[in-house]
Amino acid sequence: MDRNNLQRQVAQIRRSLIEQEFLDEQQFVQLEDLQDDANPNFVEEIVTLFYTDSTRLFHNIEEALTTRPIDFTKLESYMHQFRGSTSSIGAIKVKRECTQFKEFCLAENIDGCIRAFQKVRQEHETLRIQLETYFQLRRQAGLART
Amino acid sequence: MVVGKVVSSTSHESAEKRLSVLVVDDDPVIQKIHKMMLTNKFKISDTQVAENGKQAVDLHRCGAIFDLILMDMEMPIMNGVQATMELRAMGVESMIVGVTSHGLDAEKQTFIGAGLDDCFAKPLTIQTISSLLQLIAD
Repeated sequence: MDRNNLQRQVAQIRRSLIEQEFLDEQQFVQLEDLQDDANPNFVEEIVTLFYTDSTRLFHNIEEALTTRPIDFTKLESYMHQFRGSTSSIGAIKVKRECTQFKEFCLAENIDGCIRAFQKVRQEHETLRIQLETYFQLRRQAGLART
Repeated sequence: MVVGKVVSSTSHESAEKRLSVLVVDDDPVIQKIHKMMLTNKFKISDTQVAENGKQAVDLHRCGAIFDLILMDMEMPIMNGVQATMELRAMGVESMIVGVTSHGLDAEKQTFIGAGLDDCFAKPLTIQTISSLLQLIAD
C-alpha cells in the first residue's frame, strides 16, 4: 500500500476516533500540537504511559472492590485518579463510564460499582485496540519515527 | 532570580526566558504532558516535577524557588490543599495554580481557600499556561 494511501487511512481512523467520541478532538489536537521533530511520537508515548499506569490503578480498584468492608471513599478516590488520566488523553467514553462508577460509589452501591467498572474496562480496551491500529498505521505511513 | 519576558506568538515561543515552574502531580501522564508543554512550547528549561505535596514542600524547605507552581488537588502522602497551606505558611509567594478534575464548586473553593492564586480544570491548555506565564512576566 503506497504512502499516500496509508496517510489517508491514518487520517480516516483519526477522524473516526473523534466522530465516534472515542477521543475528544480538542484534547487530542493539543497533544498532537506538542509533537515536533524532536518528539515525533509524543502522543503514542503518552497513550502508552496512560495504559501502563492504568494497570496499576485498575489493580487498586479491583482490590478495593473485593475488600470487605467496602471503602467507597477509597474506591471513589482511585477512580478519580484514573478519571483524571482519561481526561488528559481525551478518552471521552472511558471518562463517561468513570463518572457512572463515581455515581455508584456515592450511592454506596457495590453491584453498580462492579458493573460500572466492567464497562470502564471494556471502553478502555476498545480504545486501546483502536489506538494501537492508529499508531501502527501511522508508523507504516512514515508519520512516526520508529 | 531573573524573570524573563513572555512574548506571545503563534508558536508560543519567547525570546528569553528564565522562569522556573514546578509541576506537582502524582499522575505520570499529567506530569509528562505539562512538562512537555512548558519545556517544548514555552521553552522553560527549569521545569521540575514533584509527585506529591510533601515533595513540593520539601523542595521549598531546601531553598528552591519557583515562579509558578501547578498544584494537583488529590495526591497521596500530602494533597494539594495541605501542600498549598504549608507553602503559604512558609512564606512562599510564588503563583500557585490549582489543577483539578473535581467538578464540584465546594471542593474547588476549599482548594482556592488554601491559598491558590487560581484554579483550573485538568488538563491545562496551552492557552491557560500562556496566560499564566504572561501574568508572571508582567
